[in-house]
Amino acid sequence: MVSLLDIIGPVMVGPSSSHTAGACRIGLLARDLIGGTPETARVELHGSFARTGEGHGTDLAIVGGLLGFRPDDERLRGSLDMAAGEGLDFTVEKTTIEGEVHPNTARLTLGRRGLSITVTGSSLGAGRVELIEIDGYDVSVSGAFPTVVLLAQDRPGSVARITGILADDAVNIATLRLTRKRRGGDAFMVLECDDPIPPDAIGRIEHLDWVRWARALRSVADRPGAPTGPRR
Amino acid sequence: MYRSLEEAVRDATARRATLAQVALAAEAEDQGRTVEAIRAALGRALEVMRGATGRGLAGDLRSASGLVGGDAAKLVAGAGAGAVVGGVFRDVLARALAVQEVNAAMGVIVAAPTAGGAGVLPAVLTGLAHARGLSDDALVDALATAGLIGAVVAERASLSGAEGGCQAETGAAAGMAAGAAAEMLGGTPAQAGHAVALAMQGTLGLVCDPLGGLVELPCVFRNATGSAIALAAVEMALAGITFAIPVDEVIDVMGEIGRGMDVRYRETAGGGLAATPTGRRLARERLVQIKRGS
Repeated sequence: MVSLLDIIGPVMVGPSSSHTAGACRIGLLARDLIGGTPETARVELHGSFARTGEGHGTDLAIVGGLLGFRPDDERLRGSLDMAAGEGLDFTVEKTTIEGEVHPNTARLTLGRRGLSITVTGSSLGAGRVELIEIDGYDVSVSGAFPTVVLLAQDRPGSVARITGILADDAVNIATLRLTRKRRGGDAFMVLECDDPIPPDAIGRIEHLDWVRWARALRSVADRPGAPTGPRR
Repeated sequence: MYRSLEEAVRDATARRATLAQVALAAEAEDQGRTVEAIRAALGRALEVMRGATGRGLAGDLRSASGLVGGDAAKLVAGAGAGAVVGGVFRDVLARALAVQEVNAAMGVIVAAPTAGGAGVLPAVLTGLAHARGLSDDALVDALATAGLIGAVVAERASLSGAEGGCQAETGAAAGMAAGAAAEMLGGTPAQAGHAVALAMQGTLGLVCDPLGGLVELPCVFRNATGSAIALAAVEMALAGITFAIPVDEVIDVMGEIGRGMDVRYRETAGGGLAATPTGRRLARERLVQIKRGS
């Protein structure tokens, strides 16, 4: 469903809603998945991101997103120089991702506090994005809603337990997707919700012994803005 | 939100309402927000649009490549002398260039509907409102109408140059601006619908051919010419001129033309102005300059 405010927006640093704002959103979602500013980041740009990324500030935008800057934050312009001060050691390179992927796609391999994660995201136009792969699992995460992402053992009742925990916190679920590589293995769960996810709910989900890890992804609208930049 | 502009026109006409009112009511229902909250958000977008316009008119910005910037100020500086049409027309062109020059310099803009087409809507709406002394409330309503038109184009066709060429970016922006401006200046919902059709018929087939794939050339100027087309459509629609092909069909055929467009003409820099001898040379030189500068 298209919203008026998707069309009259987003407020963003130019020059390209797909190559700059969308790239920043991919960085922000990846940052949430690793739980904060990563210590290391390998940024691989595919297709049009690789060809015209430099002129569009795609590298600045992704690194800025990893640092927690929103698409309307003018600090994006200087993100590469700010990374070291924020404890982020990064590389940016060009690559070709095999298979049918959108031309504006980036793969990020992040490390933080002994954890690592590999995320592939595409920028679909007008600032909309989709994470298409997380640690080898095919997913579809738009980041348009507060989202719970978790990896858990695939077992009966798992969906009911997770949705029960969210229901206890009055979080309404908009969509739910489950991906697994094989029966009885691990399953990836993506729950897009109408309401912000309380940190406590993620704590209770992670406490379940069959859940490997769980993260809350904030929608861009729910993130704190730039200290001096315009309000959304 | 509506998927048919004709349906929105029928609803507004039946309720003796404006397109802005039916759009705000539909958005409030879809998103579970109040009309006041939506108008407040549109008001903030308006402030950013104004900021970008003012910033660009100052005339001291250059893009990453150095190839665009400073042209908006030329239209303002020469406003008295040698103007052909002059007046609000020239002011609207200056505003369109201004916003796109800010965008190309990594300044803050409102992507409405996209960053590459972000100059048309603020230029046409704030330019006309300034000339007519219209209030910010009128401008916020116009943004709601523009959002409705853009939402219908997104559903039925595309708002992406990579999918549909420039007709889906500055073309859609011209349609949004024309419909919104027609209503803002007192036109009926039906006249606003015709303004959209009259604007978009004039951009059908427009290719997306940016030099080096960057949102600079010809994007900055396409926003100015897109604004001119929007003004022409408003002028005709408010004179009572109607367009025989219904607006939804015009939007549909824009999508169809986009899908049939060769990939060279869809933001890949493989055709059009990007592939001219000078276009290729400038793209090569500019990429060298961007690398040197960073």
